[in-house]
Amino acid sequence: MMKLRKNKINTRSSFNSDEISKPVKNEETKKKHHRRRKRLRHRLDSFRKPEDLNKSDITIALAGNANVGKSVIFNELTGSNQIIGNWPGKTVEIAEGKLHFEGHDISIIDLPGIYSFYTYSMEESVSREYIAFEKPDLVINVIDASVLERNLFFTIQLLEMKVPILICINQMDIAKQKGIIVDIEKLEKALRVPVIPTVAIRGEGLHELMEKAVDILDETYNYQINPIEYGAEIEKRIKSLTQFINSKELKIEYPSRWVAIKLLENDPEIRKRVEAESREVVGRAYLLAEEIEKIHEEPSFAVIASERYAIANRISQGAQIQQKLKTSFSEKLDRLVTHRVWGYIISAMVVGGLLLWTFIVGDFLSGILSEVFSFFQPVDPQVSGSIISILWNGAFGGLVAGVTLIIPFVIPFYLMLSLIENSGILTRVAFMMDSAMHRIGLHGKALIPLVLGYGCNVPAIESTRILENRRERLLAAFVITFAPCSARTIVIMGLVALYVNIWWAIALYVIDIVVILIAGRIAYQVIPGETTGLIMEMHSFKIPSLKIALKQTWKRTKSLIYLVFPIYIIASALIQALYAFGFLTPIANLLAPITVFWLGLPVFAGVVLIFGAVRKEYTLLMLVALFGTNLAAVLTPVQFIILALVSMLFIPCLSTMTIMLRDFGWKATSTIALANIVTAMLVGGIVFRIINPFF
Amino acid sequence: MSPNLRDKKISENIEEYLETIYRLSNNGERVKTTRISKTLNIAPGSVTQMLKRLDKMGFVEYSQYKGVKLTDSGFKKAKSITRKHRLLERFLHDILKLKNNLLHDQACEMEHSLSDEAERALCQVLEHPDKCPDDYTIPACDLPFTSCEECMNRNEEGIDQVGKRSENLLPIMELKDKQQGKVSFIRGDYKIIRRLMDMGITIGAKIKVIKVAPLSGPVEVAIRGSKLIIGQDIACNVFVELTGDENRL
Repeated sequence: MMKLRKNKINTRSSFNSDEISKPVKNEETKKKHHRRRKRLRHRLDSFRKPEDLNKSDITIALAGNANVGKSVIFNELTGSNQIIGNWPGKTVEIAEGKLHFEGHDISIIDLPGIYSFYTYSMEESVSREYIAFEKPDLVINVIDASVLERNLFFTIQLLEMKVPILICINQMDIAKQKGIIVDIEKLEKALRVPVIPTVAIRGEGLHELMEKAVDILDETYNYQINPIEYGAEIEKRIKSLTQFINSKELKIEYPSRWVAIKLLENDPEIRKRVEAESREVVGRAYLLAEEIEKIHEEPSFAVIASERYAIANRISQGAQIQQKLKTSFSEKLDRLVTHRVWGYIISAMVVGGLLLWTFIVGDFLSGILSEVFSFFQPVDPQVSGSIISILWNGAFGGLVAGVTLIIPFVIPFYLMLSLIENSGILTRVAFMMDSAMHRIGLHGKALIPLVLGYGCNVPAIESTRILENRRERLLAAFVITFAPCSARTIVIMGLVALYVNIWWAIALYVIDIVVILIAGRIAYQVIPGETTGLIMEMHSFKIPSLKIALKQTWKRTKSLIYLVFPIYIIASALIQALYAFGFLTPIANLLAPITVFWLGLPVFAGVVLIFGAVRKEYTLLMLVALFGTNLAAVLTPVQFIILALVSMLFIPCLSTMTIMLRDFGWKATSTIALANIVTAMLVGGIVFRIINPFF
Repeated sequence: MSPNLRDKKISENIEEYLETIYRLSNNGERVKTTRISKTLNIAPGSVTQMLKRLDKMGFVEYSQYKGVKLTDSGFKKAKSITRKHRLLERFLHDILKLKNNLLHDQACEMEHSLSDEAERALCQVLEHPDKCPDDYTIPACDLPFTSCEECMNRNEEGIDQVGKRSENLLPIMELKDKQQGKVSFIRGDYKIIRRLMDMGITIGAKIKVIKVAPLSGPVEVAIRGSKLIIGQDIACNVFVELTGDENRL
């Protein structure tokens, strides 16, 4: 039995009915709300009585397509009490939050957005396993009212899983803007499941949704889950196979009708599991599937998918009225953003804007913070003195590094990223930039993480989660580790622009872009796995909610703080102590063949580079700590350039490594780090030999 | 030269012209005579003469100043010969490991004598390739199957038994903005077909191209009341029969 891994136990939050059921339209509803509040308060009181405690441990899962507003609903319902768990063995995130509502203690699970239960992606198999094995007490199927047909395709499959289900038809406002009016009663009749309309972003309907959910859970509202029937030819075969499965009494968590359909669809995972129990069933399924294929001259899974879509089409056509509308503002905007000239200009503006946002806001805040910290204590690495003061200085330096990373660079990024993600601009930029990004084997979507990488690698790598599969995420992360973040910019500027000239600094950036292109291409060939082609839904533009963006930002930041801070502080203190007690000098001497003979650097460069691995600016700070500000006395111009180049490429900084470790594991992280080192040495050595004669 | 041999030479010549026009014309656009003359390295006068002949045969529409455009039957013939050419290039490259600079000329020689049955077998052996070595899309065959798997399953039936499709199939990436059609054939293995089906791109579904991103980027389509973005590597495998504008999506 798989269990959702929990990182930490959290506290309960009570559900505020005022907040989610606004706006109040008239007197009548006002009164109703008042009554409801009274009732809620009453129930809240009654909850504190011990006899009610057995009502806890109710689980409700939110399931549905991507971008239908599941996370918005989740955030509205659970407030800040959320934990992110990882499904064992997979990197798919499942968020869990607590809600206290009408005397119930409810766990809400936000399942990843999926389109089908066929196990094509990790998200799909995780959602399927969750519903089958964890058996949530209720599944709320969130549906986008403006794209009814596509969403119902998933609803039909969910009904086949025979779990208690409640349908939340969300984004009613967007549907209205598109001229689509959904008839809730007709939809309820067709699906034979309760349907609640909502506009989650404004909190409308969420109270009703939870009330209905509680009614279902309390069994004050009873209904039968009836799977929808297929056309006669297929239905006959599904029924016959279901009966056959029932007669065999298989030990499988899934309902027999669902297993029958999956077998007819030739789902490899289900086939394997049934095969272990009864070969007869699989054999029978094979024969029936062949009959279907004979009749329709199409693979049986295609026949079933077409049929399912036909049903979805029938239901959606019956339950919605499409009015002709004038071109809406969002459509006009869409045309502009994907225009063959303006589209690129806007894409460039989005990308450039993010970049500027990073540099300007990040640098500004980081400058202020450093000032504040240095007021208390100098942050330059201290290399002599008592052990306590060295450790303290190192730990303090680590803390400063953490704070000056998180506050100026990470938080503004996450906020902006969240806004861009939720508005739908990101999809358009991905659409426009796809062919350009293909040159380094990535989708258009990977452009955003890459651009973020120029600000700071840490949020950039974290944001690779917007990509579809592990291979693409890994590929993007690898490319990102070469992107010169703002810390590396400080080194390039501080060493090269200051002591050589600005043109060489710019040249380093150019070299970097070439390295990214080449490394990306090589990694594309080397990293195992298939490339999945790009298929994604183009959602309508939405005005992003600042509240949701802030919540997402906080959630992401929080998990980063827990991760980065301890490592920063400990590692920084440790390396500093190691150096002060002379352990690093032997290592530097050991590295001398590479640093001195291959790269043409002085011996102490080894130490400087090791410090740079903690935090890239340390390369510069360490040099200053060792030799003071007159660095021109100890390094030649060529050495400045090579040192900056190598420190730019040679290893991701400690926090980048930590985040990669969490997302990709030891193997991938060490491989990437090694690839970085090799690239840095190779490029550094070659550039040294090329430019040396010119000075 | 015996009359037979001369006829063969002429028909090869026609096919070569049609193939060139097919490659040069972007989605039914007219092609200028000078471009054809440059590509084939034949004097403009001779080209004009040939185009006039092709016009008489009903393969092209030719007008003196605007250039030339393939008719439906010309398009069908051109597509079929182009398909053979690109499949052969793939074969020479993947299986015979011929050097890249030899591929084109060799394929040009072989394409005219490749029978439809041999073409089908070649496509199966090569596992239904979608691109030739120069990265051009291989057109779909005109057998009436909806998937490659079906073609494999019905291998015992010859082409005269399964018959041929009367409509022309176009990959959605070659459609113009606002053009629409009916999904009729999806090339490739089950995995890709399954993904497409789950996203609503089922056989028989109506699909409309909203926009093709510049620089051979992805295609934005409207299907089942929603919009999808499909990358080129998938879009070159989804084939449609064009339908008129009366079918609203």
